Amino acid sequence: MTSTPAVDDFVKSDYEHGFVTEIESETFPPGLDEDVIRAISARKGEPEFMTEWRLKAFRHWQGMAKPTWAAVDYPPIDFQAISYFSAPKRPEDAPKSLDEIDPVLRETYDKLGIPIEEQKALAGIAVDAVFDSVSVATTFRATLAEAGVIFCSISEAVHDYPELIQQYLGSVVPHTDNFYACLNAAVFSDGTFVYIPKGVRCPMELSTYFRINARNTGQFERTLIVAEPGSYVSYLEGCTAPQRDENQLHAAVVELVALDDAEIKYSTVQNWYPGDAEGRGGIYNFVTKRGDCRGARSKISWTQVETGSAITWKYPSCLLRGEGSIGEFYSVAVTKGRQQADTGTKMIHLAPNTRSTIVSKGISAGRSTQTYRGLVRIGQRAAGARNHTQCDSLLIGDRCTANTLPYIEVKHPGARMEHEATTSKISEDELFYCRSRGLGEEDAVSMIVNGFCKEVFNELPMEFAVEAQKLLSISLEGAVG
Amino acid sequence: MLSVKGLRAKVGDEEILKGLDLTVRPGEVHAIMGPNGSGKSTFAHVLSGRDGYEVTDGAASLDGVDLLALSPEERAQQGLFLAFQYPVELPGVNNTYFLKAALNSIRKARGEEELDAVSFLRLIREKLKILHLDDSLLKRAVNVGFSGGEKKRNEIFQMALLEPKLAILDETDSGLDIDALRIVAEGVNALRSPERSVILVTHYQRLLDYIEPDVVHVLYKGRIIRTGGKELALELEERGYGWIIDEEHAA
Repeated sequence: MTSTPAVDDFVKSDYEHGFVTEIESETFPPGLDEDVIRAISARKGEPEFMTEWRLKAFRHWQGMAKPTWAAVDYPPIDFQAISYFSAPKRPEDAPKSLDEIDPVLRETYDKLGIPIEEQKALAGIAVDAVFDSVSVATTFRATLAEAGVIFCSISEAVHDYPELIQQYLGSVVPHTDNFYACLNAAVFSDGTFVYIPKGVRCPMELSTYFRINARNTGQFERTLIVAEPGSYVSYLEGCTAPQRDENQLHAAVVELVALDDAEIKYSTVQNWYPGDAEGRGGIYNFVTKRGDCRGARSKISWTQVETGSAITWKYPSCLLRGEGSIGEFYSVAVTKGRQQADTGTKMIHLAPNTRSTIVSKGISAGRSTQTYRGLVRIGQRAAGARNHTQCDSLLIGDRCTANTLPYIEVKHPGARMEHEATTSKISEDELFYCRSRGLGEEDAVSMIVNGFCKEVFNELPMEFAVEAQKLLSISLEGAVG
Repeated sequence: MLSVKGLRAKVGDEEILKGLDLTVRPGEVHAIMGPNGSGKSTFAHVLSGRDGYEVTDGAASLDGVDLLALSPEERAQQGLFLAFQYPVELPGVNNTYFLKAALNSIRKARGEEELDAVSFLRLIREKLKILHLDDSLLKRAVNVGFSGGEKKRNEIFQMALLEPKLAILDETDSGLDIDALRIVAEGVNALRSPERSVILVTHYQRLLDYIEPDVVHVLYKGRIIRTGGKELALELEERGYGWIIDEEHAA
């Protein structure tokens, strides 16, 4: 099956969410030095400890080299050509309700089908929408507050809960961790903070929609989720971006902390602009996501559906430090055109009886390159540790590339490791079977690919699963919005 | 109903069908028999529109509609159904979901209203009852982990649901033990109706003990060389294909 109409459409389909919102931004001129760091901190009215933390990271970053080990290829990034702060106008009177939101902004969300409207609220989802770098809307704060749950922008958290920020920020991903995480620590603009108190089951799914909008502005999100003993939270992250000519750097950091018996479920649907057919203008997505199962019997699950970005460099990981703690990673990654993705996970077993599961589904089309890179490490103290890894690649067409690079390090003789990997193509037989039952070719491709991803979609919260399937089908059908 | 005239088809450079003629009227069951390599499965695939075959001459129409001009899905929408010799596994695709999508795609193409989940489930239960099947197949992924018998039963179940005008059963008896064969045959018999025609493509007479054909054809080297009633099948069982082939060569 070298070329069929459905596959051609899929490969050629334009980015559906490509448009630019005209909204006045207050943007710093490009460039980065200590003065810029101080200006960001001052602009956000941060306390002294935050400014110092940023400066410490910046000084460390200056001595770091860009990582080159990933199987991705892109021209050198000029970090002095990037603007490090951009805020929507009128930040001082941030809206208190949906009515106060800039109509242009709301229109943007509507176009994207982002359910920030009341129906979403009725559906029981609180939305903390990030537009450029500053949160502009937060709903359901009251209901959450009643449960003692803190759900706010990280800037607010710095002001309102400095002790929690000081205790946890950078405790999972220290500023010294890697080049992009370090840069993020120095210049992070905004993001989300979630705190679930002891024994509380968060009464709703928490959801944040990201959007990169201001021209040539690197966006550096920072997310921190802390789950106290016995608590539970499900967090949903989804994003789309307008069409662009310049490459845009996105270097986010996500830190999760799960204490004794706590559970964090973190789900992502990522649909950033992947660039045109030649790969021009897409987002560079260099993200550090890490969960720390700090407490006994704690559990962290990463579930992600990745269809966007020109380049993805992302390894949501779990540090299994608590005895009997559980780490999970379920991923669907779709690449087409000239997209490059080097993605996977790390499961670091440091305590006895820890368990981890990895299910990775990669779908490559066009001339894209996709690499699964995963590390499973069983430490000396991790008696009875178990891991199951399953990596499946599906190729569409014959010009794409899929690699699987599993790294396994076992330092305890009692560990149990299982690894399965498959690579396949959508077969003529499968397509013909579906079509002989009356299904059109596009529907058939979509059905087969969705079936391939089933195990991962099963892990997504219901609403997100529907969205993810829709997203996949849109890509596959080549529908242009 | 089905009219095939002078059908010629190639795979690569090799001509497999060499002027095949066949007429099937509504309600009739035809058996197409023949030795290995005579073109039986090729004929089934060419009729249903599979890629990889080049039709070089001839015509095939169903109720006056030119089948050869249509895509596989359009042929299905016209009322053609192929029960596969080797049903294909679709990992992760739920059988019920698959059937509903297929049925609604066909209904939509015919300008009929799509069935909602409730009406669809009602329909499914009805069909299960006719075929004496339990619903365990419905919850599983299409053909994944099915036994040989289950796969063939699932094909017949799909046929029951999609209610084709013409069903082609490609070697449906292959790989079935006698009990499974009987169940499948009962299913096909239950679906016989004055409006529905069936073509049984088979190697052996065995299937015809359970599904009684109106007409039996012998396909050899891409052409039908002998047509008769069900007694022809019995004769083939007894004497093999050699005598017909010899007679053909003599003629």
